[in-house]
Amino acid sequence: MIIADPKPFGQVKEYIKDYKRVLVVGCGTCVTVCLSGGEAEVQLLASGLRIALGKNGKNPVILEGTVQRQCDEEFVVPVLDRVRDERIDAVVTLACGVGVNFLADRLGSVPVFPGVDTTFYGASAGQGLWAELCAGCGNCITAYTGGICPIARCSKHLLNGPCGGSEKGRCEVAPNSIDCVWQLIYDRLKKLGRLSELQNLLPAKDWRTASDGGVRRSVREYLQEPK
Amino acid sequence: MSDNNGFKSGSNLERVLRAGHFAVTCECGPPKGADVEHLEKKINLVKGCVDAANVTDNQTAVVRMSSIGASAILVRNGVEPVMQMVTRDRNRIAAQSDIFGASALGIRNMLCLTGDHQTFGNHPMAKNVFDLDSIQLLDMVRIIRDEGKVNSGDPVEGGIKMFLGAAANPFADPFEFRVIRLAKKISAGADFVQTQCIYDMDRFRQFMKMACDMGLDKKCFILAGLTPLKSAGMAAYMNKNVAGISIPDSVIQRIRGAQKGKQAEEGIRFLIEQIQEVKEIPGIAGVHIMAIEWEDRVREIAERAGLLPRPAIEA
Repeated sequence: MIIADPKPFGQVKEYIKDYKRVLVVGCGTCVTVCLSGGEAEVQLLASGLRIALGKNGKNPVILEGTVQRQCDEEFVVPVLDRVRDERIDAVVTLACGVGVNFLADRLGSVPVFPGVDTTFYGASAGQGLWAELCAGCGNCITAYTGGICPIARCSKHLLNGPCGGSEKGRCEVAPNSIDCVWQLIYDRLKKLGRLSELQNLLPAKDWRTASDGGVRRSVREYLQEPK
Repeated sequence: MSDNNGFKSGSNLERVLRAGHFAVTCECGPPKGADVEHLEKKINLVKGCVDAANVTDNQTAVVRMSSIGASAILVRNGVEPVMQMVTRDRNRIAAQSDIFGASALGIRNMLCLTGDHQTFGNHPMAKNVFDLDSIQLLDMVRIIRDEGKVNSGDPVEGGIKMFLGAAANPFADPFEFRVIRLAKKISAGADFVQTQCIYDMDRFRQFMKMACDMGLDKKCFILAGLTPLKSAGMAAYMNKNVAGISIPDSVIQRIRGAQKGKQAEEGIRFLIEQIQEVKEIPGIAGVHIMAIEWEDRVREIAERAGLLPRPAIEA
């Protein structure tokens, strides 16, 4: 899923300090699971903003809402309706960056501000901990690396084995918290009896499928309406 | 492959190694600015003591004069450079363009590296590149040199002559993979290899035995990397803080045991013993002396280790 961290409160407060009717809108999917942008976080942020801005004598109206997904038209239409019907003059979204953009493309003259910092595609790695597992490069090479991605999980995105900074299974960039992914790949291929594959040279990667090839689109023609 | 009597580039380093001499290289770190005088001072300190001097490429990710610019100054001053190039800061477009520029400026050796991660340098907030890794960089330069094609397959106008180097770290993990990685570098294009600094001689011997068993010493020239220890404090610091460097306690104790004010001398004495030791290890073709900010001792080290005068081989 997509992982995000709450933005510092002061930053969000600064974004909206001059608006009168602000809607804080959460998202019920990834950011709810990683506890940064669901219903509970919306309540928390909205109350904080009311108190902080009230102290400054601004007293804006802070409204709350959460939709199932902010990346699909059908779920976002009710948000757009509320903005129009309740004369909202600014939106703070706690969805990932996709939600921020999706709303910005549809909100006309009403500004939208991010309430979270979107960080990576990852999974739960323990209580209160999430870790990056995929970089979304668009050309998956994990068939050659035992299912473990060195692009997402190596600090230097190396494709041909560990650098000289791999020590006791740890990455020199942060030995206390980051595993050397090439040690993990090595150990896994050893278990799978496929260690000899590491002798093969993985050639320079074609990054066009990553964000380096321009804005990406994904097409399923069978779902599209006939022209 | 090469139109130069079988030489890859005909550089002095390549000719010394091919003639079977025990090669000597050192490091010449560029200044943190455009101070040419400072660089020329360092160049003069190592002139005549080595067959070539490595010019580092923003080592430890600290911004310095470019390795190409500094290498060209070495050429101008009569010391042959080994231009280091890291993939951290340049994509394949910039790398290839820089290699053409380097070749045009008379640079004939290069060392292909991935580079230290930028978190260790003075711009930890920088965006890194890593379009290629060091092995892919070697592969790319070899194809430019031997097949006259850039990475996309387009033809090169006018060839390049480049003796290609790589680094090897026998002291990082997983140990068993280290020699496989060396083999990959050699098949990607490495003509010579300089190792990470050696303090654990037992582990290095074990590494070299594995390399020789695979015949790697016959496919490329392996130079043993050595760094003199200035003090026991430096040794302890490196052992604790630099990943991929391990200094046995016995070595630290030996330096610590020296008389007051004599630790540096003990470090140099230890280095000279190490040079004699690595000379005897099968498969070793030379030494790479990384006297970090200690260029003024390189001549003395080479002298005392019996490495002078350096062979003069006709081009």
